[in-house]
Amino acid sequence: MSEIDEITLLDAYRMMRTIRAFEERVHEEFATGEIPGFVHLYAGEEASATGVCMHLDARDTIASTHRGHGHCIAKGVDVKAMMAEIYGRGTGSCRGKGGSMHIADLTKGMLGANGIVGGGPPLICGTALAAKHEGAGGVGVAFFGDGASNQGTTLESLNLASVWNLPAVFVAENNGYAEATSSSWSVACDNIADRAAAFGMPGVIVDGFDFFAVHEAAGEAISRARRGGGPTLIEVKLTRYFGHFEGDQQTYRAGEVAHARENLDCLLRFRTRVTERDLLTDKQLDAVDVEVDALIDAAVAEAKRAPRPAPGDLATDVYVTY
Amino acid sequence: MARTISYREAINEALAQEMERDPRVIVMGEDNAGGAGSPGEDDAWGGVLGVTKGLYHRFPGRVLDTPISESAFIGAAIGAATRGMRPVAELMFIDFMGVCFDQIFNQAAKFRYMFGGRAITPVTVRTMYGAGLRAAAQHSQSLYPIFTHIPGLKVVLPSSPYEAKGLMIQSIRDDDPVIFCEHKMLYDTVGEVPEESYAIPFGEAGIVREGGDVTVVAFGRMVGMAEQAAGQLAGDGIECEVIDPRTTSPLDTETILESVESTGRLVVVDEATPRCNMATDVCALVAQEAFGALRAPVQMVTAPHAPVPFSDALEDLYIPDPQRIANAVKSVAGWKR
Ligand SMILES: Cc1ncc(C[n+]2csc(CCOP(=O)(O)OP(=O)(O)O)c2C)c(N)n1
Ligand SMILES: [Mg+2]
Repeated sequence: MSEIDEITLLDAYRMMRTIRAFEERVHEEFATGEIPGFVHLYAGEEASATGVCMHLDARDTIASTHRGHGHCIAKGVDVKAMMAEIYGRGTGSCRGKGGSMHIADLTKGMLGANGIVGGGPPLICGTALAAKHEGAGGVGVAFFGDGASNQGTTLESLNLASVWNLPAVFVAENNGYAEATSSSWSVACDNIADRAAAFGMPGVIVDGFDFFAVHEAAGEAISRARRGGGPTLIEVKLTRYFGHFEGDQQTYRAGEVAHARENLDCLLRFRTRVTERDLLTDKQLDAVDVEVDALIDAAVAEAKRAPRPAPGDLATDVYVTY
Repeated sequence: MARTISYREAINEALAQEMERDPRVIVMGEDNAGGAGSPGEDDAWGGVLGVTKGLYHRFPGRVLDTPISESAFIGAAIGAATRGMRPVAELMFIDFMGVCFDQIFNQAAKFRYMFGGRAITPVTVRTMYGAGLRAAAQHSQSLYPIFTHIPGLKVVLPSSPYEAKGLMIQSIRDDDPVIFCEHKMLYDTVGEVPEESYAIPFGEAGIVREGGDVTVVAFGRMVGMAEQAAGQLAGDGIECEVIDPRTTSPLDTETILESVESTGRLVVVDEATPRCNMATDVCALVAQEAFGALRAPVQMVTAPHAPVPFSDALEDLYIPDPQRIANAVKSVAGWKR
């Protein structure tokens, strides 16, 4: 970790902290009834999106899942536009047409949250193919869950990526559950990463509460992909702090969340490590907290004030020309 | 007074009664129980909106949770059906058909024909459709016309708790593959439902309101919307005959044609997008079979040719409502050459 410079460390903290504050705020606002639809929160999993996306740049594309806010923020999607989208406002990233499950910003290389489990990996084979074709060293990264790791589309994509030697990285975020179903039940082998062998690519398991572990593993996989060394499957083990979606009573769980929040939390662990090793000071980190909280406050206030889409928008944007 | 229960409870009761009656009936789907392998409660969900809740404990071993592998488990239900089981598999949202459609339309739908009439595939696929829950473009579609298009599939659209129970029982007993489409906005509607088991035959429309001026054919959730419109219109002196086909395949063409023969006017209400949907199908039927009876052009009230938007402001405009239906009825009732 010593090779990560101060500015990068601060950026990483800011990113994780922004995701956390965004999600905790959406959780609160959802409870007031003002946010419509299905909302799946990423809190607890910040180190994954951040550890991976810190390595990405404008050449690269990611595909996300229904639990997409963290990936969006980590790939640089505007936080205020995201919040407005979640509120269904015309100023949102998708002009209110997509909502939480479809936030996207192609100008940032963010190919969308996705309402279809397993929808992303095939698309990333395609963005990786395009990057390979372009020859500028770009990569594609598919984030998907433990549940999605059982979807045919995901397994087919792993194979295709290997067969075509694509610059792709598959990040399986194993948070222990798909809805109410435990991954220890639904995934037939011990680890999702074990499946990599069957598709002829390296498989890596990382502690998803540890930003540095994710950052290191992702860095290796991404640089290999950039060099033409082919795809990698990274399994990130972590926990989601909220229910599957807002409103989930979570009776299937025991005390994992409280345990994780207290002992494993990626933000706390990050802070402890960087301050103990004198890489950053509490003061620096506290300043980020203040800055982030102000940003989220502003995002919510602006979203609430923003206009809804106009009736005339109903059937626009279906085609480019028709 | 007769007993009233919700649409959700009616489906649950139908499943339970059929499971009780026939040991070959099994239920499967993602979190149809919920809690598999977890430290907490078993049957934690009973389906994402609670439709199968309680069956897991009542029928040990017969409610199967599945990984998120629709091709595999919908296909497995189909395969099991060919060997004499009566699986009810849940495709959580109809929008997910894309992931497993081959098993449904190339496999289940065609076995009987391809195998020269020497196969039965008594599988039921339960699936949730429709807009209104702010669930956006990939969780809100009304894709039943696509299933209706496929020879070999039967397609069911219950509009009330009474229909939900009777049609589910028929679906399970039916020897053909059935796509049972549940509207997510109807789960909490309450209505009279007999406690005993009963089957509503396929291809027999319900006439939910009689009237001599305009025939209104409506599907699924739109039946209730059409009834509301008809109530308003009666105040204006326009009497609608509201027909609920209940199944899009088979379609009760006779009831529709008979009604149009007497009213001479037709409005079809379909929540699906407007191209090649149930509205165009019924209008084509009437144009071909009852052209002479028509006294006004037919009218279709549908969603626009667009995906379902997220924002409430747009979604409310997207879904056909009683006002739009009433306007369509007025325009055909007042039509002059
Ligand atoms: C094809 C498809 N099947 C089912 C669903 C319903 N669904 C949405 S999220 C989810 C669980 C996903 O679990 P996982 O991949 O582990 O992601 P997590 O929610 O844990 O982030 C399910 C079953 C869906 N959206 N798409
Ligand atoms: Mg998961």
